[in-house]
Amino acid sequence: MNLTGSKMKKLLLTGSFGLTLISILLGFLVGAIVLLIAGFNPLEAYWAIIKGVLSKPKYVSYVIIYATPLIITGLSVAFALRTGLFNIGAEGQFIVGAMAAAIAGYFIQLPILLHVPLCIFLAMSAGAVWGGIAGHIKARFGVHEVISTIMLNWIALYLSNWSLTLQMFGKQGTGKSHMIQETARIDLFGQWKITEAGIEFIRSHKVLGDILKSPVNLGIIFALLFAFLMWYILNKTTLGYELRAVGFNPDAAEYGGINVKKSIITSMSIAGSLAGAAGALQVMGVSHKIAKLAIMEGYGFDGIAVALIGNNTGPGSVFAGLLFGALKYGGAKIQDAVGAPTEVINIVVGTIILFIAMPKLIQVIFKSRKG
Amino acid sequence: MELIIQDLGFIIGTTLMYSTPLIFTSLGGVITERSGVINIGLEGMMYFGAFAGAAVAYFSQNPWLGLLCAALGGAFWGLVHAIACVSFSAEQIVSGIALNFLGAGSALFISRLLFDGATQTLTVARKIPQPLDFLFGEGKMFPSSGFMDLVFNRFATVYLAFFLVFVVWFVLYKTKLGMRVRAVGENPEAANTLGINVTRIRYGAVIMSGFFAGLGGAAMSIAVVSRFSNTLISGHGFIALAAMIFGKWKPQGALVACLLFGAAKGFEIFLGSKGVPVAGDILAMLPYVLTLIILVGFVGKTTAPAAIGKIFDKGDHS
Repeated sequence: MNLTGSKMKKLLLTGSFGLTLISILLGFLVGAIVLLIAGFNPLEAYWAIIKGVLSKPKYVSYVIIYATPLIITGLSVAFALRTGLFNIGAEGQFIVGAMAAAIAGYFIQLPILLHVPLCIFLAMSAGAVWGGIAGHIKARFGVHEVISTIMLNWIALYLSNWSLTLQMFGKQGTGKSHMIQETARIDLFGQWKITEAGIEFIRSHKVLGDILKSPVNLGIIFALLFAFLMWYILNKTTLGYELRAVGFNPDAAEYGGINVKKSIITSMSIAGSLAGAAGALQVMGVSHKIAKLAIMEGYGFDGIAVALIGNNTGPGSVFAGLLFGALKYGGAKIQDAVGAPTEVINIVVGTIILFIAMPKLIQVIFKSRKG
Repeated sequence: MELIIQDLGFIIGTTLMYSTPLIFTSLGGVITERSGVINIGLEGMMYFGAFAGAAVAYFSQNPWLGLLCAALGGAFWGLVHAIACVSFSAEQIVSGIALNFLGAGSALFISRLLFDGATQTLTVARKIPQPLDFLFGEGKMFPSSGFMDLVFNRFATVYLAFFLVFVVWFVLYKTKLGMRVRAVGENPEAANTLGINVTRIRYGAVIMSGFFAGLGGAAMSIAVVSRFSNTLISGHGFIALAAMIFGKWKPQGALVACLLFGAAKGFEIFLGSKGVPVAGDILAMLPYVLTLIILVGFVGKTTAPAAIGKIFDKGDHS
């Protein structure tokens, strides 16, 4: 399957910030129209989101916690896209990363300064293998990464569910794994929060105490670090130059002496390791365990949206991840505030992506306005 | 012996039941991709179809009307995909991703409005009927719960799916229209030169893919089960897409692949019902592993329609 035409690359690699901004505005406009048709006041609904996101320090903290995995899976998808590869497999890479972190976090005993990096490293390795498989069979056998990663997503899901049936790892009958060790967690003040001093602090400090009511953790620091690393690797290193060259024009890159096949594998492995890290941080900072997955959780699929809205850059993914995190967290509140369905958020996000997919339409709209 | 035959009947019957939604959707995939347009929004269209089918069947108490509306609902999102991809040169995969958000989002949005804030419909009074039901039971031609009953006493959607595989095959390979669709998918420039309206063919094919995906969704919500819920369609559209590629972009190939995925589900349910201590998750994983292996081993990259994913701009060529 030759899905990625040159047009796609041109569009995805050079899409401008302005176009994204217009798409976001149009997305909210369509969302407003849908709300209006359904008999709700869109201004009230959007105001409920804004209030639900910004009116308490705790809310802001929650948005960041929601955004953290989305930023990183967004980076994963974006990184692969810069090499001209469509990583639909972030979902599965996330799952194997979470599983690896949960296993390493539960079985291994180490001091925290070693345990945390080890868990993240193992999760990134698992993700890299998962992404690397797709990269390898693309490079070697020409199987398109979209189809192989869809398969790998399901294999990851069932593998993770299977691991929970093992006596030593899963808490039998609960469909959940054992909790990871304290030394594998990246929570901030997790233990201290439940001491008397901690409870007293939360009660007496208005802003900080409120923030501490949410499961604050170091995840966002890692997300920002990864975003910086991605920017650095892509823009400041030879490797990044080569990967981007393959993304722009694989034939020219090959002619210029770049090993395209190796680049494909490298790119998918790095993308996989990022998504794997996202899964690890979610386990280490928020859930502290993994649970049986009846369906895909969607972190990887949401990451695709984040990457597309974020223009496939590091900073763009941070911005888009925060936007998506805010919509997810704040959007859940419009149900209570105005009675409008939360899912208007999905319609907004879908519309934004649809407009991002067709810059031609936006150009037409703007031309006709001028003329 | 009799028990084994009965078990076999159970497995075949379950396989048929779970394959059906995939077959419809996969056929949709065949139609659109043969015209050169990728549609990874099938998942969202199926999702919407599952909801629309269940909602209409619930309110009208008519499962056939539900099935029709599911197809039309899917076709609507197909139209959106066609407008984006054919008229506005949208990147097809990106548009497909958007449609997955839109299809699922709009289904849940409307569900909450119609069903008191719930992300699932109520149970429909009448499911899609089992047309051969009159043959089975006490004093009928075949006993109930026998092999014949288990295999052939199936929902009408099962028979419809098999029939449509034949129809799509016939149209694609034996009619002028099908030849045009394939020509547009292989070489739109040449097709255009020959006077084929590439835009119209692609619009038709993409809308039909939504139509079929909608049928697939309803085959799940008002036949396999009797209501829509937010977790009912979870990746089935993607599996159907994989089955289509696994089947080398052919309707009959897609059918075989869908039956394989359905059979894995059938075995999983069978072993679960027997309490056999086989890891169900490993079994469920098998068809995906097998697909990967077969993709690597047998399906080269050359089998896809040549012009797939490429934007056709008449202005550049005429």
